[in-house]
Amino acid sequence: MRVLVRGSGVAGLCVAAELSARGHAVTITDPAGGPGAQACSWWAGGMLAPDCEGVTAEEPVVRLGRQAADWWQAQGAAVTRAGTLVVALGRDRRELDLFARRSTNHRWLDRDGIAAAEPQLAGRFERALMMSEEAHLDPRATLHGLRDRLVARGVRLVTDGASDTLAEQVIDCTGLAARPALPELRGVKGEMAVLRAPEIDLTRPVRLLHPRYPLYIVPRGDGRFMLGATQIESGARAGASVRSVMELLSAAYALDPAFGAAELVEIGVDARPAFPDNLPRLTRAGDTLYVNGLFRHGFLLAPALAQMAAAALEGQPDPEMLHDHHA
Amino acid sequence: MPVFYGTEIASALMLGTAQYPSPTVLAEAFRRSGAGVATVSVRREAGSGDTAQGQQFRALVEALGVALLPNTAGCHSVREAVTTAQMARELFGTNWIKLEVIGHADTLQPDPFGLVEAARLLTDEGFAVFPYCTEDLVLCERLLEAGCEVLMPWGAPIGTGLGLNNLYGLRSLRAQFPEVPLVVDAGLGLPSQAAQAMELGYDAVLLNTAVAKAGDPAAMAEAFAGAVAAGALAHRADPMPPRDMAEPSTPVLGKAFLT
Repeated sequence: MRVLVRGSGVAGLCVAAELSARGHAVTITDPAGGPGAQACSWWAGGMLAPDCEGVTAEEPVVRLGRQAADWWQAQGAAVTRAGTLVVALGRDRRELDLFARRSTNHRWLDRDGIAAAEPQLAGRFERALMMSEEAHLDPRATLHGLRDRLVARGVRLVTDGASDTLAEQVIDCTGLAARPALPELRGVKGEMAVLRAPEIDLTRPVRLLHPRYPLYIVPRGDGRFMLGATQIESGARAGASVRSVMELLSAAYALDPAFGAAELVEIGVDARPAFPDNLPRLTRAGDTLYVNGLFRHGFLLAPALAQMAAAALEGQPDPEMLHDHHA
Repeated sequence: MPVFYGTEIASALMLGTAQYPSPTVLAEAFRRSGAGVATVSVRREAGSGDTAQGQQFRALVEALGVALLPNTAGCHSVREAVTTAQMARELFGTNWIKLEVIGHADTLQPDPFGLVEAARLLTDEGFAVFPYCTEDLVLCERLLEAGCEVLMPWGAPIGTGLGLNNLYGLRSLRAQFPEVPLVVDAGLGLPSQAAQAMELGYDAVLLNTAVAKAGDPAAMAEAFAGAVAAGALAHRADPMPPRDMAEPSTPVLGKAFLT
């Protein structure tokens, strides 16, 4: 089947990967010419953390997210399987017990356990949770790697969607840009920062429990760290606020004052596409299948959604997340 | 049922709209709570004043079908609070404003001086001000003088879930201002604490975190609704006064004397 995939963010590339692997002729169209800053996955943390996310997300996020690390590894992505360390600062310490009660696959670490797992944080916390089965990847390197792999496999990447008029099927993975067709879709603004601190060494993402949203620090290698991410009900895709950046930076500083000497490399902003239940959907409307609403779970859920999209396209029984369009 | 600025509300339970796992969960919690008022943070939830982009969340909140009470959460100065209130009036088309002027960044304790000043400025501009205040009697008098027709003293600091920290103070406010609608705002963690506020004769309670951060927010919302109804009914039923000494509920006098 000839398929046109619109959008080259994480959803579009994963759908293209699943379809081309099944022998379909895939063309990806994106005005930007490929993965980059126009897609909100560019700004993602890249944590494959179903156990942590399960504390606030619905059950399918945890279940479908479990296969993500294997899927990405099978695509040649550099997946680090080192788990996630969860800590709480000061007065939020009791939040850690609540987090433990509501999460799966964790074990408690005491002072010594923390020092052994992350020597950088030795002595800073009395206890922490280790989510041993979680993983992380570098979103930008992963998107570029997958693009190269797809192009090598014969997937076409074009900037003009009209160039494939022979496509029998269109799969739209354009995120918030699809809002006119998906009226329930909304934006949830996120702000992030990248720091460079070559003298700091963390093996795995560290999540700080915070009353409003999860803050995390993800090691990106090469002395870089990604700090994320706020969560604000707004479709604004630009404009980081001073308050948000201050919260992100002070989280890093509170985790380890050594971050005070870090270089602020980048501040990023985008809006995540989300449906009211914050779960992703496949939406069928005529010849177009929309894959959207991955919210804060792009790298975690895109593999499962891509498989569902391929199944829907091949006429298999309706997959779990399929919604027919009633608008 | 409470009457605020001439408008009767269908429930004595007022709920915040922040921190829910998703808009769907928020809507379900409101449905099961029967809450009559929803508070909305203008600065945080409406996208820092970015009017076009916050529209979808506003639509979600408006779809709850309850009276909206925009708030000035997160404002630390009079000017910030007044500007946020003006923005709220434009965004939500209501002159109701829950006025928060935070005086202490760490405990989020209200700034009583800034609160009175902001309340005066806003009532002069025609706002119906719902001040988030402490249970200090003199502060409450000043707020009424500034034109507030509702008082919203805290039970305990925001988000602590400690319940009614100063029962004496809250009771004395009720006694001092029998005609003023009083709402316990902030600090409630459990339905029993909400029931207690209603038993004191308060007109309503306002809470957010206790429901939004529960493992099952919708179930907790329903639990609060039950507690608020029980507390209000108990207050209307005129509770017995507590006594120091035991008193048998069945009189001994006249009982058959058996040996």
